[in-house]
Amino acid sequence: MTIKTLATTAAVLLAATSVSADVDLSGETVEWVIPFSETGGSAKWANFFAPLLSEQLPGNPTVVVKFMPGAGSTKGANWFQEQEHDEGTLLFGTSGSTQFPFLLGDPRVRYEYSDWVPVMASGTGGVAYLNPEDGAKFDGSANNLQDVDFIYGSQGATRLDLVPLLAWEMLGMNVEPVFGIKGRGDGRLMFERGEANIDYQTSSAYLGASADLVADGRAVAMMTWGALDEDGNIVRDPTFPDIPTFKEVCEATEGCETSGEAWDAWKAFFIAGFPVQKIAFLPAGTPDDVRDAYVAAFEAVRSADGFAERAAQQVGKYPVFVGPGAARATVAGTTVSDEAKAFVTNWLQEAYGVSLK
Amino acid sequence: MDVLATALPALGDAWALILQPVVLGYLILGVVMGLAVGVFPGLGGIAGLSLLLPFMFGMEPVLGLALMIGMVAVVPTSDTFASVLMGIPGSSASQATVLDGFPLAKKGQAARALSAAFTSSLFGGLMGALFLTVFILVARPLVLAFGLPEMLMITVLGLSMVAVLAGRVALKGLAAAGLGLLIGTIGEADAGGSLRMASYDIPYLTDGLKLVIVGLGIFAVPEIVSLLRQDRSIAKDAKLGAGWSEGVRDWFANKWLSLRCSLIGVVVGVIPGLGGSVVDWIAYGHAVQTTRDKSNFGKGEIRGVIGPESSNNAKEGGGLVPTLLFGIPGSGSMAIFIGAIALLGSGDIEVGPAMLRDNLDITYSIVWLLALANVVGTLLCIAASGGIAKLTTIRFTYLAPFLFMLISFAAFQSGQNFEDILALFVIGLIGIFLRRFDWSRPAFLIGFVLSNPVEKFSNQAFQIASFRFRKSFEEGMDYLFSPIVIVLIIVTVVSVVLGIRQAKTIMAEGDVQSGSKRAPMIFLLVIIAYIVAALINASMIPDYNLTDKIVPLVVGGISLACCLIMLVQMMVRPETDVIFADKEIFGEDADAPYGLWSTLGWFAALIVGTWFVGFILALIGFMISFLRVRAGASWSKTLILTACGVALMCVMAGALNRDFPPGLLQGAVDLPWPLN
Repeated sequence: MTIKTLATTAAVLLAATSVSADVDLSGETVEWVIPFSETGGSAKWANFFAPLLSEQLPGNPTVVVKFMPGAGSTKGANWFQEQEHDEGTLLFGTSGSTQFPFLLGDPRVRYEYSDWVPVMASGTGGVAYLNPEDGAKFDGSANNLQDVDFIYGSQGATRLDLVPLLAWEMLGMNVEPVFGIKGRGDGRLMFERGEANIDYQTSSAYLGASADLVADGRAVAMMTWGALDEDGNIVRDPTFPDIPTFKEVCEATEGCETSGEAWDAWKAFFIAGFPVQKIAFLPAGTPDDVRDAYVAAFEAVRSADGFAERAAQQVGKYPVFVGPGAARATVAGTTVSDEAKAFVTNWLQEAYGVSLK
Repeated sequence: MDVLATALPALGDAWALILQPVVLGYLILGVVMGLAVGVFPGLGGIAGLSLLLPFMFGMEPVLGLALMIGMVAVVPTSDTFASVLMGIPGSSASQATVLDGFPLAKKGQAARALSAAFTSSLFGGLMGALFLTVFILVARPLVLAFGLPEMLMITVLGLSMVAVLAGRVALKGLAAAGLGLLIGTIGEADAGGSLRMASYDIPYLTDGLKLVIVGLGIFAVPEIVSLLRQDRSIAKDAKLGAGWSEGVRDWFANKWLSLRCSLIGVVVGVIPGLGGSVVDWIAYGHAVQTTRDKSNFGKGEIRGVIGPESSNNAKEGGGLVPTLLFGIPGSGSMAIFIGAIALLGSGDIEVGPAMLRDNLDITYSIVWLLALANVVGTLLCIAASGGIAKLTTIRFTYLAPFLFMLISFAAFQSGQNFEDILALFVIGLIGIFLRRFDWSRPAFLIGFVLSNPVEKFSNQAFQIASFRFRKSFEEGMDYLFSPIVIVLIIVTVVSVVLGIRQAKTIMAEGDVQSGSKRAPMIFLLVIIAYIVAALINASMIPDYNLTDKIVPLVVGGISLACCLIMLVQMMVRPETDVIFADKEIFGEDADAPYGLWSTLGWFAALIVGTWFVGFILALIGFMISFLRVRAGASWSKTLILTACGVALMCVMAGALNRDFPPGLLQGAVDLPWPLN
């Protein structure tokens, strides 16, 4: 980041949002609270952005990441709901696992996304893959995979795994989830041991480990969940342009429809879980000048030299939304239609006996 | 030979990277920081690494690695201080060390126990590194050979150590382990999300109880309260018997035990998903089984220290294998480590399968930095052990308020809830009664620690096995009874048979006399009541979530059966029978000048005070009144000690950026740090 680009960006943003010069965080400590443990993807995400944010915020405050795990992030989100604005020294990060219980009406959820002030959002993608034996039967459609018994190591049907499980079901595949694993890495290990024969990873994890399996012929890439274009259509994931999307596979498979209530429900939850996966919020009641200072800082982070390359390695090659973009993304990620919600609730009950009462 | 051809140059490169003065400087800096953090129970590698993370961004890779590895490597070494000196298990890696280490300290041989432990740690760490250098190249197939049935069997092997540690009445030990398992199932089930003995109205319980809290409650609280009641120093007669050189000689005399236990540590550490929780128990069990005269175990047997300590540092090395090869962290601190490596340099070192191919030199640097950090850390610890052992000669009444302060703070760090401290008190109460009535506390803790793995692995292995059986009978049998599983079953059976035979001679609580029938019977009835409640609660989980209820039902049923048999025995046997063991009848506790409840009342007062005015204000009030009233200290001494305690808390929390528990006062008024 040269001083010139920083100055230009700041100037543009000053003009655009008329930041008041009062916001000065020098000497302060900004706490970025992550409602997960130190070990997860959200921790990696926040730890990646924290030092960059510190450089760009007015007064260069120390940005520390704090962890408040519990109840799959519900505890931390409920806590954040109670927090009030205090000089802009509190930031909160959510992920798909915070969004899904909110969308599904989990009884523990006491938080309301629309109360919070989004300043930055970023997304990811996901890739599903098969073992070589069954992968040989995959021809761009799931037509030859109907009679195979698939086993999948899952973190729970109400979590992000909802998206792959529903997708495979729509393809008519018989996938039995083995619940209770703690992270997707454990799922991949189960796959490598041959205990599971189907798996999926989010983009960064896929690039880090599973891509090698595919290259060595020990796994066959099946499909990505895709990415959203400007108009909200599902297109090929820019990180994996050679792998077909679920939409393409579905179109090629007999009995799988890319319209109707199942498709709408899947798409709604895909949007909530992947393209808008992680969002940084300021607490309810944050004044506009503080919000604008954060938006400007994240804008400067995102447009810095070399940011794209580092981000691609750390958090994946996906857009980072700030300001109004983040607000739009938040709305997209935290609203699903009542029909989609009803469909998924009913499906969870029927397929897995999960009741969200 | 192919392997060797790539490994040797990489090994050379690694040494060239490590042996630069600046790298060694960073390593020592990391080691010193790790020691400072690790000495405090409850704060381990996670707290320390989180502190370092902000500096890792863009740092020269080898320097960053030196700093981080220095910090991570010494935590299982330095937490030995708390285990040996105070009877506080500093982390899951040093639970078994408490069993014999603390009795040694009570005999005035703290320095001997510490230096034997450190020497074993050093040896274990070096063995681990040596083994890894060769092993890491061929480890992949072995790691993949450990599927769910194999992991389940290792967990069962860990559980079988209960047989050795069950105490004089085998049924009691079994029931204690069962109770530990049941308490471990509290909260939301991993598989189906059903609640066990919890409610959404008390969100704290839905996450289950943390190991730190249960470890502190079961081991530390009862010992602190007991010593405080007796109003003496930890070392009887306030004398230090043996010096640190004796500990080193002890290690040398038991070097083969140390070697075997380090190998156990590396091999079990390599298996992802098991972590450190079973390693030290398996090593302890091995030490017991290979010792001819078993009568000293639990009373201060040096082999009981050397075994687990040799294994726990070796385990750190083993734990690197899944971390580096598969990108799967074996522990919380390894997870942060993985994240931090990605921040180093230009960010192109990615932990995972590509690590060996692309960054073999970095891999070897990590392995040998770990070994070097062990050497540096051990030397520092041994040098310090003689001085720190003097703590055991101080009148305990002066130590107690600091310990109450430390364990409350440590408990709070595990979940940042006020309920953490409350849970510590309740578990502490259970620990006090387990100790009083001679129910095996190690058995309880083993049950608790292994509760989650037992449930997870048995459910998942069962599910996958049933798919295999559906395909064909042979395929199912092949899956369940692999050669590794069969070997493990044999080892387990042998260790249970041997263990039961030996259990009677190993009295972890000393020779506890029996006397009246009433108190032990009431305690048994309370436990039966809890087990029945847990059983009813589990049976109410709907059947489609069978995976969530099967383990509580089976374990609860077995424990209940044990308890009912004991109840019958209690009715028919005379009150001098060993089943009525009660520490309040005869011995140190019975003769103590202070009562249990008045002593416990002080701890309760600190908690109640925290609820109202927050931790720091409550601590000031607690320290002043405790030192004045209970210890009878002069005003000047009281104030100086209080200031030291509060300052220690503030420096530690400030440096690690940790919060204190707030109270009602803080909810009403805004106060500056550290009062908030």
